[in-house]
Amino acid sequence: MSPRPYVRPISAREWVFRHPRYVRYMVREFSCLFIAGWTLLMVWGLKQLADGPAAWAAFLELVKTPASVAFHGVTLAFAAYHSVTWFNLTPKALPLQVGERVVPDWVIAGAHYAAWAALSLIILLWTL
Amino acid sequence: MARSNKPIVWGPFAAGGTLTAFLTPVLVLLMLLQPSGVSYESMHALAAHWAGKMLLAAVIFLSLWSAAHRMRITAYDLGLRADALVAALLYAATLACTGAAIYHLLRI
Repeated sequence: MSPRPYVRPISAREWVFRHPRYVRYMVREFSCLFIAGWTLLMVWGLKQLADGPAAWAAFLELVKTPASVAFHGVTLAFAAYHSVTWFNLTPKALPLQVGERVVPDWVIAGAHYAAWAALSLIILLWTL
Repeated sequence: MARSNKPIVWGPFAAGGTLTAFLTPVLVLLMLLQPSGVSYESMHALAAHWAGKMLLAAVIFLSLWSAAHRMRITAYDLGLRADALVAALLYAATLACTGAAIYHLLRI
Protein backbone atom coordinates (compact mmCIF):
# COMPACT_ATOMS: atom_id res chain seq x y z
CA MET A 1 0.00 0.00 0.00
CA SER A 2 1.31 3.46 -0.83
CA PRO A 3 1.97 5.69 2.18
CA ARG A 4 -0.81 8.06 1.13
CA PRO A 5 -3.55 6.12 -0.61
CA TYR A 6 -5.89 8.18 -2.75
CA VAL A 7 -9.33 8.39 -1.16
CA ARG A 8 -12.03 9.39 -3.60
CA PRO A 9 -14.21 12.01 -1.90
CA ILE A 10 -17.80 10.79 -1.59
CA SER A 11 -20.52 12.57 0.36
CA ALA A 12 -22.68 10.61 2.79
CA ARG A 13 -25.87 11.62 0.96
CA GLU A 14 -24.39 10.09 -2.16
CA TRP A 15 -24.07 6.57 -0.76
CA VAL A 16 -26.56 6.24 2.12
CA PHE A 17 -29.64 6.46 -0.10
CA ARG A 18 -28.17 4.45 -2.95
CA HIS A 19 -29.66 1.18 -1.66
CA PRO A 20 -32.29 0.25 0.96
CA ARG A 21 -29.65 -1.96 2.59
CA TYR A 22 -27.48 1.12 3.28
CA VAL A 23 -30.48 2.98 4.74
CA ARG A 24 -31.21 0.05 7.09
CA TYR A 25 -27.53 0.03 8.08
CA MET A 26 -27.71 3.73 8.97
CA VAL A 27 -30.95 3.25 10.96
CA ARG A 28 -29.15 0.54 12.94
CA GLU A 29 -26.15 2.79 13.55
CA PHE A 30 -28.38 5.70 14.64
CA SER A 31 -29.93 3.49 17.35
CA CYS A 32 -26.79 4.25 19.37
CA LEU A 33 -27.81 7.93 19.71
CA PHE A 34 -31.08 6.97 21.41
CA ILE A 35 -29.54 4.25 23.58
CA ALA A 36 -26.81 6.68 24.71
CA GLY A 37 -29.34 9.49 25.30
CA TRP A 38 -31.59 7.24 27.37
CA THR A 39 -28.62 5.91 29.38
CA LEU A 40 -27.57 9.52 30.15
CA LEU A 41 -31.14 10.20 31.32
CA MET A 42 -30.72 7.26 33.71
CA VAL A 43 -27.40 8.69 34.95
CA TRP A 44 -29.36 11.87 35.74
CA GLY A 45 -31.85 9.62 37.57
CA LEU A 46 -29.00 8.23 39.68
CA LYS A 47 -28.02 11.79 40.64
CA GLN A 48 -31.63 12.49 41.65
CA LEU A 49 -31.75 9.20 43.59
CA ALA A 50 -28.65 10.24 45.52
CA ASP A 51 -30.25 13.64 46.26
CA GLY A 52 -33.16 12.03 48.13
CA PRO A 53 -36.86 11.05 47.83
CA ALA A 54 -38.09 14.53 46.69
CA ALA A 55 -35.50 14.71 43.90
CA TRP A 56 -36.39 11.14 42.82
CA ALA A 57 -40.09 12.06 42.69
CA ALA A 58 -39.21 15.08 40.50
CA PHE A 59 -37.25 12.75 38.21
CA LEU A 60 -40.26 10.45 37.83
CA GLU A 61 -42.42 13.50 36.99
CA LEU A 62 -39.88 14.41 34.30
CA VAL A 63 -40.08 10.86 32.91
CA LYS A 64 -43.89 11.19 32.66
CA THR A 65 -43.88 14.42 30.58
CA PRO A 66 -45.19 14.05 26.98
CA ALA A 67 -41.76 14.87 25.52
CA SER A 68 -40.18 12.11 27.62
CA VAL A 69 -42.93 9.63 26.71
CA ALA A 70 -42.35 10.38 23.00
CA PHE A 71 -38.59 10.00 23.47
CA HIS A 72 -39.12 6.66 25.25
CA GLY A 73 -41.37 5.44 22.41
CA VAL A 74 -38.79 6.28 19.72
CA THR A 75 -35.96 4.86 21.86
CA LEU A 76 -37.90 1.62 22.35
CA ALA A 77 -38.27 1.20 18.57
CA PHE A 78 -34.57 1.91 17.91
CA ALA A 79 -33.42 -0.28 20.83
CA ALA A 80 -35.56 -3.20 19.62
CA TYR A 81 -34.15 -2.74 16.09
CA HIS A 82 -30.63 -2.87 17.55
CA SER A 83 -31.54 -6.11 19.39
CA VAL A 84 -32.95 -7.76 16.25
CA THR A 85 -29.95 -6.82 14.08
CA TRP A 86 -27.52 -7.85 16.85
CA PHE A 87 -29.11 -11.29 17.38
CA ASN A 88 -29.32 -11.90 13.62
CA LEU A 89 -25.56 -11.29 13.44
CA THR A 90 -24.61 -13.66 16.29
CA PRO A 91 -24.41 -16.78 14.05
CA LYS A 92 -21.79 -14.88 11.99
CA ALA A 93 -19.85 -13.70 15.05
CA LEU A 94 -20.16 -16.93 17.06
CA PRO A 95 -20.39 -19.87 14.66
CA LEU A 96 -20.88 -23.07 16.62
CA GLN A 97 -19.81 -26.58 15.76
CA VAL A 98 -20.87 -29.72 17.64
CA GLY A 99 -18.71 -32.66 16.59
CA GLU A 100 -18.91 -32.87 12.81
CA ARG A 101 -22.06 -30.81 12.52
CA VAL A 102 -22.24 -27.04 12.16
CA VAL A 103 -25.11 -25.62 14.20
CA PRO A 104 -27.53 -23.86 11.78
CA ASP A 105 -27.75 -20.05 11.91
CA TRP A 106 -31.42 -20.04 12.93
CA VAL A 107 -30.72 -22.17 16.01
CA ILE A 108 -28.06 -19.75 17.31
CA ALA A 109 -30.15 -16.64 16.56
CA GLY A 110 -33.29 -18.38 17.86
CA ALA A 111 -31.61 -19.23 21.17
CA HIS A 112 -30.75 -15.54 21.59
CA TYR A 113 -34.33 -14.48 20.77
CA ALA A 114 -35.69 -16.99 23.30
CA ALA A 115 -33.30 -15.78 26.01
CA TRP A 116 -34.21 -12.14 25.17
CA ALA A 117 -37.95 -12.88 25.48
CA ALA A 118 -37.51 -14.83 28.73
CA LEU A 119 -35.32 -12.15 30.34
CA SER A 120 -37.68 -9.33 29.31
CA LEU A 121 -40.70 -11.24 30.63
CA ILE A 122 -38.99 -12.03 33.95
CA ILE A 123 -38.01 -8.37 34.47
CA LEU A 124 -41.54 -7.15 33.55
CA LEU A 125 -43.32 -9.67 35.80
CA TRP A 126 -40.91 -9.04 38.64
CA THR A 127 -41.33 -5.25 38.57
CA LEU A 128 -44.93 -4.61 37.47
CA MET B 1 3.12 -8.71 14.84
CA ALA B 2 1.83 -5.17 14.69
CA ARG B 3 0.52 -3.83 17.97
CA SER B 4 -3.05 -2.62 17.95
CA ASN B 5 -5.42 -1.16 20.50
CA LYS B 6 -8.39 -2.58 18.59
CA PRO B 7 -9.23 -5.38 21.10
CA ILE B 8 -9.33 -2.83 23.95
CA VAL B 9 -11.96 -0.64 22.29
CA TRP B 10 -13.75 -3.50 20.56
CA GLY B 11 -14.17 -5.77 23.61
CA PRO B 12 -16.40 -3.37 25.59
CA PHE B 13 -18.25 -2.55 22.34
CA ALA B 14 -19.18 -6.19 21.77
CA ALA B 15 -20.07 -6.69 25.44
CA GLY B 16 -22.11 -3.47 25.53
CA GLY B 17 -23.85 -4.27 22.25
CA THR B 18 -24.94 -7.65 23.64
CA LEU B 19 -25.98 -6.14 26.97
CA THR B 20 -28.07 -3.35 25.40
CA ALA B 21 -29.63 -5.85 22.97
CA PHE B 22 -30.87 -7.96 25.90
CA LEU B 23 -31.64 -5.25 28.44
CA THR B 24 -32.36 -1.79 27.01
CA PRO B 25 -35.74 -2.48 25.31
CA VAL B 26 -37.36 -3.96 28.43
CA LEU B 27 -35.97 -1.22 30.70
CA VAL B 28 -37.24 1.52 28.34
CA LEU B 29 -40.61 -0.24 28.18
CA LEU B 30 -40.70 -0.38 31.97
CA MET B 31 -40.09 3.38 32.29
CA LEU B 32 -42.74 3.97 29.61
CA LEU B 33 -45.43 1.76 31.17
CA GLN B 34 -45.06 2.43 34.85
CA PRO B 35 -42.46 4.96 35.99
CA SER B 36 -44.19 5.19 39.37
CA GLY B 37 -43.56 1.47 39.85
CA VAL B 38 -39.85 2.23 40.18
CA SER B 39 -40.16 3.35 43.79
CA TYR B 40 -37.54 5.33 45.68
CA GLU B 41 -37.24 2.55 48.26
CA SER B 42 -36.58 -0.24 45.74
CA MET B 43 -34.13 1.81 43.65
CA HIS B 44 -32.34 3.04 46.76
CA ALA B 45 -32.07 -0.51 48.10
CA LEU B 46 -30.53 -1.63 44.80
CA ALA B 47 -28.05 1.27 44.61
CA ALA B 48 -27.15 1.06 48.31
CA HIS B 49 -25.85 -2.51 48.02
CA TRP B 50 -22.28 -2.86 46.77
CA ALA B 51 -23.29 -5.51 44.23
CA GLY B 52 -26.06 -3.21 42.95
CA LYS B 53 -23.57 -0.34 42.61
CA MET B 54 -21.19 -2.51 40.59
CA LEU B 55 -24.04 -3.80 38.42
CA LEU B 56 -25.36 -0.30 37.66
CA ALA B 57 -21.88 1.09 36.97
CA ALA B 58 -21.08 -1.83 34.62
CA VAL B 59 -24.37 -1.49 32.72
CA ILE B 60 -23.91 2.28 32.32
CA PHE B 61 -20.27 1.99 31.23
CA LEU B 62 -20.86 -0.79 28.68
CA SER B 63 -24.01 0.85 27.23
CA LEU B 64 -22.27 4.20 26.78
CA TRP B 65 -19.05 2.68 25.43
CA SER B 66 -20.78 0.59 22.78
CA ALA B 67 -22.86 3.62 21.73
CA ALA B 68 -19.75 5.84 21.62
CA HIS B 69 -17.88 3.29 19.50
CA ARG B 70 -20.79 3.11 17.08
CA MET B 71 -20.99 6.92 16.91
CA ARG B 72 -17.29 6.96 16.04
CA ILE B 73 -17.74 4.48 13.18
CA THR B 74 -20.86 6.32 11.95
CA ALA B 75 -19.06 9.68 12.01
CA TYR B 76 -16.38 8.14 9.78
CA ASP B 77 -19.03 6.62 7.48
CA LEU B 78 -20.72 10.01 7.14
CA GLY B 79 -17.49 11.59 5.98
CA LEU B 80 -15.92 12.91 9.19
CA ARG B 81 -12.37 11.67 8.69
CA ALA B 82 -10.75 13.08 11.87
CA ASP B 83 -11.06 9.63 13.46
CA ALA B 84 -8.43 10.05 16.21
CA LEU B 85 -10.07 13.25 17.46
CA VAL B 86 -13.63 11.84 17.25
CA ALA B 87 -12.54 8.67 19.07
CA ALA B 88 -10.74 10.60 21.81
CA LEU B 89 -13.74 12.90 22.38
CA LEU B 90 -16.34 10.10 22.45
CA TYR B 91 -14.35 7.72 24.66
CA ALA B 92 -13.44 10.59 27.02
CA ALA B 93 -17.12 11.59 27.26
CA THR B 94 -18.01 7.96 28.05
CA LEU B 95 -15.41 7.80 30.83
CA ALA B 96 -16.55 11.18 32.22
CA CYS B 97 -20.23 10.16 32.32
CA THR B 98 -19.36 6.78 33.86
CA GLY B 99 -17.26 8.66 36.43
CA ALA B 100 -20.26 10.89 37.23
CA ALA B 101 -22.47 7.81 37.64
CA ILE B 102 -19.93 6.20 40.00
CA TYR B 103 -19.68 9.45 41.98
CA HIS B 104 -23.45 9.53 42.51
CA LEU B 105 -23.55 5.79 43.29
CA LEU B 106 -20.99 6.33 46.04
CA ARG B 107 -23.16 9.11 47.50
CA ILE B 108 -26.04 6.66 47.98
